[in-house]
This record gives sequence, structure tokens and C-alpha cells, in this order.
Amino acid sequence: MEYVTPQSASEASQALLQEGAFALAGGTDLLVKLKTRFVSPSIVVDIKRVPKIMTIEQSAEGWWIGAATPCAEIVEHDSLSKDWSGIVEALSLIGSTQIQGRATLGGNLCNASPAADSVPALIAAGATCVISGQTKEREEAVENIVTAPGITTLSKGEFIIGFKLPKPKLRSGDAYLRLIPRSEMDIAVVGAGVSLSVTEDGKIEAVRVSLGAIAPTQVLLTGLEDIFVGKEPDDDAIQKLVAVAEKACKPIKDKRGTIEYRTKIAGVLAKRAFAIALKRANGY
Amino acid sequence: MNDMTQNNLERALKIVGTRPPRPDGVDKVTGRALFGSDKSLPNMLVGRVLRSPYAHAKIISIDTSKAEVLNGVKSIVTCADFEDFPSEFVPNGEMIVNLKDITRNIMAREKVLYVGHTVAAVAATSEDIAEKALGLIDIKYEVLPHVLEVEDAEKPDAPVLHEDMMTIGIEPSPKKASNVAKRVEFGFGDVEKGFAEADLIVEREFTTQQVHQGYIEPHACLASVSEDGQADLWCTTQGAFVVRNFCSKLLGLSAAQIKVTASEIGGGFGGKTVVYLEPLALALSRKSGRPVKMEMSRAEVFTSSGPTSGAKVWVKIGVKNDGRIIAGDCVLKYQAGAFQGAPVGPGAMCAFAPYDMVNVRAVGYDIVVNRPKVSAYRAPGGPISEYGVESVLDEIALKLEMDPIEIRLKNAAKEGTIAPYGPKLGPIGMIETLEAAKAHPHYSAPLGPNQGRGIASGFWFNIGGETSSSITINEDGTVGLTLGTTDIGGSRASMAMMASEELGVPMDLIKPVIGDTNSLGFNFLTGGSRATFSTGMTVVRSTREAIEELKKRAALLWEVDLNQVEWVDGHARLIAGDEPKTMSLAQIAKQAGKTGGPIMANCSMNVTGAGPSLGTHIVDVEVDTETGKVSIVRYTAIQDAGKAIHPAYVEGQMQGGAVQGIGWALNEEYIYNDKGELENTGFLDYRIPVCSDVPMIDTVIVEVPNPNHPYGVRGVGETPIIPPLAAISNAVSRATNIRFNELPLSPPKVLAKLMHG
Ligand SMILES: Cc1cc2nc3c(=O)[nH]c(=O)nc-3n(C[C@H](O)[C@H](O)[C@H](O)COP(=O)(O)OP(=O)(O)OC[C@H]3O[C@@H](n4cnc5c(N)ncnc54)[C@H](O)[C@@H]3O)c2cc1C
Repeated sequence: MEYVTPQSASEASQALLQEGAFALAGGTDLLVKLKTRFVSPSIVVDIKRVPKIMTIEQSAEGWWIGAATPCAEIVEHDSLSKDWSGIVEALSLIGSTQIQGRATLGGNLCNASPAADSVPALIAAGATCVISGQTKEREEAVENIVTAPGITTLSKGEFIIGFKLPKPKLRSGDAYLRLIPRSEMDIAVVGAGVSLSVTEDGKIEAVRVSLGAIAPTQVLLTGLEDIFVGKEPDDDAIQKLVAVAEKACKPIKDKRGTIEYRTKIAGVLAKRAFAIALKRANGY
Repeated sequence: MNDMTQNNLERALKIVGTRPPRPDGVDKVTGRALFGSDKSLPNMLVGRVLRSPYAHAKIISIDTSKAEVLNGVKSIVTCADFEDFPSEFVPNGEMIVNLKDITRNIMAREKVLYVGHTVAAVAATSEDIAEKALGLIDIKYEVLPHVLEVEDAEKPDAPVLHEDMMTIGIEPSPKKASNVAKRVEFGFGDVEKGFAEADLIVEREFTTQQVHQGYIEPHACLASVSEDGQADLWCTTQGAFVVRNFCSKLLGLSAAQIKVTASEIGGGFGGKTVVYLEPLALALSRKSGRPVKMEMSRAEVFTSSGPTSGAKVWVKIGVKNDGRIIAGDCVLKYQAGAFQGAPVGPGAMCAFAPYDMVNVRAVGYDIVVNRPKVSAYRAPGGPISEYGVESVLDEIALKLEMDPIEIRLKNAAKEGTIAPYGPKLGPIGMIETLEAAKAHPHYSAPLGPNQGRGIASGFWFNIGGETSSSITINEDGTVGLTLGTTDIGGSRASMAMMASEELGVPMDLIKPVIGDTNSLGFNFLTGGSRATFSTGMTVVRSTREAIEELKKRAALLWEVDLNQVEWVDGHARLIAGDEPKTMSLAQIAKQAGKTGGPIMANCSMNVTGAGPSLGTHIVDVEVDTETGKVSIVRYTAIQDAGKAIHPAYVEGQMQGGAVQGIGWALNEEYIYNDKGELENTGFLDYRIPVCSDVPMIDTVIVEVPNPNHPYGVRGVGETPIIPPLAAISNAVSRATNIRFNELPLSPPKVLAKLMHG
């Protein structure tokens, strides 16, 4: 097995083109798979020296988070935490303090687990990712990356350099909740990310809700505009949100939760995360 | 001569009862301590195990020829390399074992009986080669239908695991083989008559799932057999002597040919009382002529070591209106795993043991299923049966509108009570722990919304057994203790403390070590909460013998009669005489050469008189009624320790037991798919609690001395895992007003019950 540390995006892409190449960010997924012989890379491409891949920057349009920035650094970033509390909350749930010292957003997304915690929060926030390839860079919505467990739309030689988060609207808030049987060091039975904004008179202006661990990929709920936009979020609307969330569930029955259970929890968490996001949007 | 049996219950103590740092502490926190897989030898090979992919299958053929010729493979063993044994049951701690079964469990013979059952082992020059060799071993199986649950295994048309298994303990004895290995019954009085006199009867059925001890250190060993047949074995175990005896039988070696050294241990909880890798490593080493190291992966630990039983429990209790129990009856059906030996006997014996019963019966069934053979797990069998009884008692208290502590006090066993399993009890602390629970601020603290408070008590017997230890007084006045009952929970500290108390020298002058099997007489394994009690007994006696010898040497130096010398505070003191004369231990030790040679004493005995330990736990839970998630809000464990030699380690046992019980109650369970494969073979999905899942466990040590021990010690290690199951279930039931009769109380199960009843 070869290990390389490319110094530029194009060098990294070049290396990733090779047969059996794997990108390495924090390694908290890759190294586990390596040890359990789940994967056997012929070349490990450590992407952490690529320029901008470990930076957090703020601009007029919003935020840049390098794809290989450790979660711990993001969690400690005060103004980013203020703007996107839900995303930061999601990151702060990954593993433990030790894991967060290594784990990254790029790895969390590209590992392509339906239970990845940051992904529903990123999708709800309308985040995009910047993908570096052999000849060009492209930008893609986060929800368009994962197509099935372990499978992404990245082509050979492509990797994610960073994520772009929009500048949050006035009176907006986001939130992420997950359910795990333990209190940490566990994998989400369901995860729910909500991002919304309200008008001055308390009506919903925009809302995005994304659920994790309830289908082979994260799901962006559809049909919410009709329920919420331009209205005050009353009990009836919340009940409809619960119904939409439950309907979006196509879970597998496995050791982590029965179909009935995941479905029920999807509704509960969507409702609870919505309430938190709404509070934040209203400035509490 | 000092009185060997004199007790110190009334004496003011200087060391016993304090909290000094443990002698093995620095090595543990700096990483110097050597565990099972930490040793290596020159020319060492790596051993790997081939395991059954089937839950139940006949082995048609095993062909190792392709693997044998792989470059780097040095030896391969299968059942052909192990002798067979006739069926014979021998006690092993709190469990009974049978060599015919053990040899089949360490290496399958006619059949494989669970996924993960060993079928062959390979020693090779590298891990990769060993793994590759496993893939080259060709085994032909005839797959048979399998059975996982006791209720299915009992059915007349169930697949039978052992064609020669006739149920023991039923009349007339059956002519047809079944999966029910035995039936046991304990009790006295007439339960039917008792129920007829009862004002209120509650009868319930309970289910518990198979759980694993969850020790962090996987099984590991290093074996080296020389050309002349001398075997050296290093392994992580709760009993080096027991390992020696198993291995000598399984390999046809004499006890003198095997030396077993116990490594430091990363948890055992009963799971490291039998052998798995050890005989394989020895056989591989003998065949290859090279040392062989073996270590299980975490998945292997789950599939192929010895968890405890899942069970079905039926309990019926009848009471008078004042809360007095008039009859108690229970039927316990425990999974044994692939070979008989479920801990249903102790389960039945202790089910009603916290109480003074009038009419009582406990019936148990030991049932084989296609799961790994169960091993001991902390108070084997006790948590399961007492969970049923303590739950029903809670429901009765609710129905009678009685306080759950009051109903227990009303029925509490005390000195003189005839235990349901036969004997008359000596002094025990049931009433004292209940009173302490009632008085604890936790018991009267207000509860928040969706919270409930549960209480439950627990009884465990504890044992003594064969024990041997020695003490040496070094020339410089320091002291060595050699102990043979493996230290799995801080017993070296407690032994040094008792020796220090007796000798009157500071504890840091005393160095306790765990000896190998050549250094002492036989020591039974560390189980049954026997270490501090039994080893403590031999340490006190050998220390007193050493003191006697020290006095003799002083008498010799002073040229007086022995009866003129007494031992006070680490010094010999002349009793009579004009001026007070003393000589320190160090001064006597320095002159030992000219007064008769080195000073040493040992004590070997079969220790009896263990005292049962009782505990009562209080727990507050909060239930998220929309998700079914149960959180432990507050927890207090109260237990009778007899005498806490080192209170911090007693508290540690209480807290550790409570946390394992919390895991058993809330999330731990073996999950099998329909092929009989274990689905959760790692800690991600086999959910033992993590730190943040539990609050700080408050502890209260109650001391009702055991009169049979010089310091009043009772074993404390096992009792604390008994109350949590019922205490938590009772708390959840009280928080939700729905009775829960199934463990674990995991979020999906709790929510399903909240939604559908
Ligand atoms: C003990 C433990 C607990 C955990 N708990 C959680 C949890 O609670 N929630 C959760 O969601 N996850 C959890 N994880 C999983 C893991 O930590 C996260 O998915 C983490 O975000 C992965 O990031 P990484 O940088 O370590 O990924 P790596 O292991 O470096 O990479 C993961 C995969 O993504 C690819 N990859 C990495 N970066 C890029 C990139 N920029 N572009 C393209 N491909 C890339 C790699 O090739 C690899 O296939 C846990 C893991 C462990 C070991």
C-alpha cells in the first residue's frame, strides 16, 4: 500500500485517478475499514495538504469550510456557530472529542452512510460542495452527492475541496437532532436537520427539512412550501410535517431499529428540530 | 501461639477501612502493566481460528492439506489433535462444567453447534498467512435446522442438539433425547395452600435477552511447549490454576508440566473462568515446536466466548393484605447455549432468598440452544430470577398502596431465616440496607415530569474455596506477599492492607504479587466474590504465623521465653522486665540469618463460611414518551459489605455492578438473524453503557460483619449487578403507569409498549 501527500488539488486528482486509490481526510472511517479488511486500498491519498482544504473563511456570500477541516475546529468557531448552529450541533455529535479531532465534513459525506450526522444539517442549510477534478472544479448541492450507501456521484479523480454555506437570512435558524439509544458513541437511528426563516410578522418564509438514516440516502422532504410558506406554523401544519416526514421513510429493518420505530421517530425529530429552528429564527 | 481464628471485629483499625492507592496502580495508568496480548517470545507464531459459519451442522469432513503446504504455516490442529472424554461434571466456581463438553466447545467434533464454534486452528509466521491458511481449509458440512430460543427448543419437534441428552431431574426419566438438560427445584412449605390463603396474587411472565460481560480486553494467550513437554502459558484469566487443570486434561499433560501465569486482566466478570484459546495455543505450539500467540477479535469474543443466558421467567407471589408474603413460586427457563450448564440452579436458589418465606418453590430448566455456551457472568443466574421476583413485588406494593421498601422490610430475611435453598442464614444485612435506603435523601427527593423511581433488592451467596498464599519477611524489613487467587478488582491492595494491619508496618513496605501455578498450592479462580474473603483469610493466618516466628526470633535474641514477648505496632515487645524493650520488624529481619534463617509463612486451606451479601438500589429514570428513550437520572446503590477493607474498591464494585446492570436493563442484547448469525458483534450495536449514559452512582456501604472472617468480610463483587434490572424496570413502569416485563428496555421496545400496550 502506497501513501502520498499531494501538495495541490491537481496532484491529488492525479493520484486519485489510480486504481484502488482512496482519499484520506481524518481517517476515522477509512482506517476502521482498513483494519477490518473491508477495503484494501493500493494507494492512500492524504488530501490534507491541498490548499484551502483545511480553512474556514467568511465572505459576503457566506461561509467556506474546507472539506478536511477537523470537526473540533468547526465546533470551536464562534461566528460560524452563531450563523449555522444546527450544522455545528450535528458535527458536535459525531463520535467523541477524540473522533472530532480528526473527523471531517468531506469524510462524513463521502463515506456515504445514510446515518452520517452532518449531512441532513448541510442539506437543510442548502449547502453546496466544491469538487475538484482532473480538469476543472464544479459545484454541486450536497443532496446530489450520495446515491446509495457507500456510493457517490464523484467520478474517478474527483474529491471535495470544501463546502459553501449561504449567508443566513435575517430571522433564520437551523437545528439538528438525532436519536441514539446511548448518549454518545453511537449511530443515528434517525437524524433530522431543519433550516428555516420567518417574516417579520411571524410567518414562515422558507423551510428545508432533511432526514437521515431513514432511507438508503439522506432525504430532502418535499411539499413543505405548501404547508408552511406564508403561514404561521400552527399545530395543524406541524402535524402535516410529521406526516410528510413519516411518509418519506423507506427504512430497512435491522438491528438498529424496526421500520415502525424509525418511521415514528422521523416524525418526532422533524417536529422537535423544527421547533428549535423556529425558536432560533425568532431570536430566542 | 496467636489465635489464628481470632477476629478483629471489635478492634480499632489503622489500615483496614482506609483508602490507600493500589500497588498495581502506577503500572496500569502508565501503560506498563502487561495484559494478555502484551507478551512476545522469539520465533513466535501467530495463531488463528477457523469458526463455523453455521448455527447447527454435521461435520462431514475436514481437509487441511492445502493449508498445510502454504509457505509459513507451521501447524494446524483440529479435533483429531484432542483426546475425547466421557461425560463427567465437575464444579467450576459457581458453574458446573463437563470435560466431554469442554473439549467439544474448544474444538467441534461431530457437529458445530453455533456460528463461531471453533473447527480448526492454524499457527503461521504472520497474521496474513494464518488468515490465508484458514481460507484453504476445506470443511464439508451437512447443515441442520437450528434453534435459538428456549420456548422453541422445548418443543417436541425441535431440532435436537445432543442425541444423547435425556433430561435429568424428572420422574420417570425420559427415554427420548431433548434439549432440556435438567430440571432443578428448591423450596419448602406448600405453595398451593399458601396461594389459597392469599388476599392478593400477582402472576407475571418475563423475558430477558442474552448478554455478554463486555470485558474490554479480548481473550489472549501466549503458549510455549518445549521438546521435553514442558509447557509455559501466559494468559488473561480469572484463575491460573483452573486453566492449568483444564489444559493439562485437554492436552494429556501433567499439572507439573504446565506453568500458567495470569497476566493483568482487562475485565472478566466470570467470562474468563474457562478456556478457549489456551488449549489451542498449547496444541499448536506442541505441534510446531514454536511459541504461539493467539488473540480473539472483538467479534470473536461476542460469537465464541461465554455470555450469559437469555431466559423466560414466570413468577407468582401471594400476599396477605398487610403485605406479608404467604407464597412464592417461580419457573425459570435459561438458555445454556450449545452445551448444558446454564446458571439456573443458582438462579432458582436465590430467586426468593432476600425474603423470609413461608411457602416457596423455584423450578429451573437448563435448555440447550444454538448459541455460544454460556459462562459465568457476575452472580450467574441471580439477576434474571430476582428481576422477576422484584418486579412482581413492586407491582404488589403498588396494588396494596404500600411503600416498596416497607413491603420488603415486612418480609426481609434476617439471621435465623431458613433460606429457600435450605440453610439457616447467619447474620445478614437485608434489613440494614433497606433502612439505609429509606433514610437516604435520594429516596425522598422530588421527581420531575415523566420520571419514576424504582427500587429493588438483591441477594448473592458468595463462596470460599481452596486458597493458598505466602508471606516473606525480607532482610531489610520489607514484606512480600505471594497470592494465587488472581487479582481482577484490586485485591492486591486489600491483601496488603490486611497484612499491614496485622503486622503493624506501613502498607508501602508490603509488596503483594500474584504468583504463577508453580509458586503456590492450588488456588481456585476469582469468582463467587471469594478473593478478598478467602485470600484475606489465608493472608491473615500466614501473617499471624510470621508474627509468631518474629516473636520467636526476638525471644532468642533477648534470651527470654517466647511468652515474654508480645507483638505491638510492628515491634516485638518484652512484656516483663524493668525497662520497656522493643525490637522492630526490620531489626529482627536483619538478624534472621543468625536466628534460624529466612522468615516465611504460608497458609493453605479450603475456606468456608462465606457470608451472603445483600443490596438495595434506588433509581430514578426519565422516559421520553415520544421516543421511548429511558435516561437514568439518579442512582444510589446500597450494600452490605460485611467489612469494607478498602472502601473505594468496594464502592467501585458497587458502581461497576450497577452500570453492567443498567446496560442489561436498557440496551444490551444478542441479536440473531434467522440463519442463527449474531448481528451485533461489536460495541457499536452491542450497547454497553458509555460514561455519559450513567450519572455518578452514589454508594452507601452498610457493614454487618461476617463472623466467619477475621475482619468480617463478605464478598461484594456480584450482588450489585442483581438489583438494577428490576429497579430500572420498576422505575420505568412507575414513570409510565404501564408494567414492563421484558428486557432490554431499549427505545424501540419501550415505545412499542407505550403505543400498543
Ligand atoms: C468511534 C467512532 C464514532 C463515530 N461516530 C460518528 C457519529 O456519531 N456520527 C457520524 O456521522 N459519524 C460517526 N463516525 C464516522 C466518522 O467519524 C465520520 O463519518 C467522519 O466525519 C468521517 O470523516 P474522516 O475525515 O475521518 O473520513 P475518512 O475516514 O478520512 O474518509 C471517509 C471516506 O470518505 C472519503 N473522503 C474523505 N474525504 C474526502 C473528500 N474531501 N473528498 C472525497 N472523498 C473523501 C475517503 O476516501 C473515505 O472513503 C464515527 C467513527 C468512529 C470511529
